[in-house]
Amino acid sequence: MSKKAAKLLSDSSDWTFELIEKYDCEIGRIARAFGLDTYPNQIEIIRSDQMMDAYSSIGMPVGYNHWSFGKHFVDVERNYERGLMGLAYEIVINSNPCIAYLMEENNMTMQALVIAHACYGHNSFFKGNYLFRTWTDASAIIDYLVFAKKYIRDSEERYGPQAVEEILDSSHALMNYGVDRYKRPYPISAEEEKRRQAERAEYVQRNLNTLWRTIPQSKQVDEDEEICFPSEPQENLLYFIEKNAPLLEPWQREIVRIVRKVAQYFYPQRQTQVMNEGWATFWHYTLLNQLYDEGLVDDGFMMEFLASHTAVLNQPSFDHPAYRGINPYALGFAMYSDLRRICEHPTDEDREWFPEIAGADWLEVLPNAMRDFKDESFIQQFLSPKVMRDLRLFGVMDDDTESDIEVSAIHDNDGYRRVRELLASQYNLGDQEPNIQVTRVELKGDRSLTLQHFQHQRRPLGATTDAVLKHMHRLWGFPVYLESVWQDEVVDSVCCPKEKTKEQAA
Amino acid sequence: MSYIIDRRENPKNKSAVNRQRFLDRYKKHIKKAVSDAIDTRSITDVERGEEVTIAGDDISEPVFQHGSGGRRSVVRPGNKEFVAGDRIPRPPGGGSGSGGEASDSGEGDDDFVFQLTQDEFLEFLFDDLELPNLTKRHLKGSSSFKYEHAGFTNDGVPAKLSVLRSLKQAKARRIALCGESRRRLSAAIEKLEEAEAKGDELGIFRLTDEIERLEKRIKRVPFLDTTDLRFKMHVKRPVPTSQAVMFCLMDVSGSMDQSIKDMAKRFYLLLYMFLKRHYEKTDIVFIRHHTVAKEVEEQEFFYSRETGGTVVSSALKLMDEIIEARYSPDDWNIYGAQASDGDNWNDDSPTCTKLLREKLLPVVQYFAYVEITKRSHQALWREYDQLSEEFPEAFAQRHIQKISDIFPVFHDLFHKKDEA
Repeated sequence: MSKKAAKLLSDSSDWTFELIEKYDCEIGRIARAFGLDTYPNQIEIIRSDQMMDAYSSIGMPVGYNHWSFGKHFVDVERNYERGLMGLAYEIVINSNPCIAYLMEENNMTMQALVIAHACYGHNSFFKGNYLFRTWTDASAIIDYLVFAKKYIRDSEERYGPQAVEEILDSSHALMNYGVDRYKRPYPISAEEEKRRQAERAEYVQRNLNTLWRTIPQSKQVDEDEEICFPSEPQENLLYFIEKNAPLLEPWQREIVRIVRKVAQYFYPQRQTQVMNEGWATFWHYTLLNQLYDEGLVDDGFMMEFLASHTAVLNQPSFDHPAYRGINPYALGFAMYSDLRRICEHPTDEDREWFPEIAGADWLEVLPNAMRDFKDESFIQQFLSPKVMRDLRLFGVMDDDTESDIEVSAIHDNDGYRRVRELLASQYNLGDQEPNIQVTRVELKGDRSLTLQHFQHQRRPLGATTDAVLKHMHRLWGFPVYLESVWQDEVVDSVCCPKEKTKEQAA
Repeated sequence: MSYIIDRRENPKNKSAVNRQRFLDRYKKHIKKAVSDAIDTRSITDVERGEEVTIAGDDISEPVFQHGSGGRRSVVRPGNKEFVAGDRIPRPPGGGSGSGGEASDSGEGDDDFVFQLTQDEFLEFLFDDLELPNLTKRHLKGSSSFKYEHAGFTNDGVPAKLSVLRSLKQAKARRIALCGESRRRLSAAIEKLEEAEAKGDELGIFRLTDEIERLEKRIKRVPFLDTTDLRFKMHVKRPVPTSQAVMFCLMDVSGSMDQSIKDMAKRFYLLLYMFLKRHYEKTDIVFIRHHTVAKEVEEQEFFYSRETGGTVVSSALKLMDEIIEARYSPDDWNIYGAQASDGDNWNDDSPTCTKLLREKLLPVVQYFAYVEITKRSHQALWREYDQLSEEFPEAFAQRHIQKISDIFPVFHDLFHKKDEA
């Protein structure tokens, strides 16, 4: 017993810098033994009010100024002061080195949990997952944010905070439509941005003039021929605005671009919530258990750790007052744990459903299931019948043409595939967000812009549409139409400014 | 290997700018909440912050969303008794009633509530108010002085010697005086080495001699000379007085009941906080009166009760005496605020007007009279009417009937004049 006690890393719950270093060292050693590949870690100890700052600026250590961050801040501050909300244990930033925040109020157990979760779990996910690898550049993001902050501050000095705020408001409203879904973006770098920014501003302005040129061209264009612009529908609305909006000044285009780049940076995170949190949770659980098995931490440590761990994984059922949708931590953790079980202790059912991984080496299967998937495909590929049974998942179909809602499938032999399909599509951003594209610009007429909303499952747009359209109108500078299309037919149409409908205008 | 960094010492309030922007944007809403608050608050706690509520629609950040309707499939956890094909009546409240969806789209519907700090609260409260006649004595009264740093000078007392500046100066002088000699010295040393290599005896002798001479010359330049010394210079600058005294005059005769006094107190408190924001030092003098006036402490001023008639001029006379004795108009910005229910001995009102016109109004920055009564105007009001015509800059009178009048009246009294 005394021999065992001598190996303990700590015997009190208070943390010190030496202890954090010791824990980090041990957890890092175990993580490497399991084959986790990570960026170097930068662990920062902060106060709770600094955590609130970080919270309200979407977790980034530098950010440009905007009132909406202030709004989030007062909201977080109020909830925290009233005890409605505990602050998150951790914020971790996809950068190289990977920055993780620890709060000074936490005790040693929580710090160890956060180190395992953020510095080795999330960190290895950022470095390994294909979306992060191809869509974000961890080594350049901080520099880019510094560039963005400075650019926006300079613009405020030159053109006034009001003007800058208007552009930012409008760009934020369209932020989710500032992402290239299929084309892989160039990595961003602050140096490059600065070098090319002036050049780009000039080029775009010149190009636009060509597009809107009114002086007759020497070569006679056939008047009858309809020029279609854009030649193909564009789904990246912010990119379209940045390149084609006729009235924006170069600095305004640059701000639109900044918002677009930030949206692009967060796009992988929005698509890998379940995987990312599940992976980090799975690893903090595995790493800290290994610490315990090696006798480095005692029972008290484990009890406390497990209490927080189970609290994080709490999944209220659908009829519970606390139900807020499916908890990504719970689903992700259940799936990764189950994958390990399938590898180590496969049942007949597993052999039938997952013939190629049942009984394989889990240390090869799991990293694979982290690297090459996003939430949608991960669930489609790996959600096992056992997890569906454990979480008692069932699908509900709500059709507004019927009076009742229908239970379409449950966790039984007939329903597994259907439930899995439904759940996967629930994590498909393309289905979650209305599909809106730029289809037409009146080059010769009133320069109006037409957007089309391609309805998914006949779902209409929500109440905020008018407000967003106003923002679109502000950026474009000429009338903006939005048509909702269902089965090749326009079923609804709105316009900004409001005065005239399209028929009257024509 | 991980880096562990202690960031706890980093500056606070990183979000202050964003917070301020948010407040600026919703100024209108916040100001309304603030002026509502001032009406309902009890007298002692005006100096804390205030909770502000803004309707959710006004501050939403809209994005494209799906509305209700159409066909939607959702997967939920925690099935208990359903089997495939079950049909359930749609839950009331429309839509799918899903928690996950509701938290996305429902966010905008709640009112947004947050806390203003005390400073922000006062900032909004006094936002478009200003002190009248502020310039008059601001420049005039300058009896105090401040020493300010004003560069460096060549002579001074040793205590003010600036070591850094002096040594910089010395170094510059040394470079200027020995630069040429040093260059020749290093050239000579080089040549000496060459000569030694060649074995040129005469050259060696000549060069050694020259080196010696140059070294001596360099040595003669002193390390520190008296001309190098620099002293810090300070100049005496007059500081405009920024101190104010506020006279609170109140009638405590039998007709003033506690609710009237409470209203008066609120008015005084607002005035006090307002003055405090403008002046480094603010004194208050409490004068209460019935037939005779007396200078009292705050507690007694507001809470003791007396009976008897009312002679307002007694208070004005006392105020004049106190100004003469303790608050010279050259040094102090003087403000007067008088609250009363308007009762006065009929013979006394002209005396009051005379006192104000001849003695007080010429020396005070501002004198405000508030009549707190539900009845029609009394004799004093009519007398004072003439004054507000004669001294539109320095005198004002207002009528307060109920608690919610206080802030509007206050606001009206100190409203920025240039807007009118």
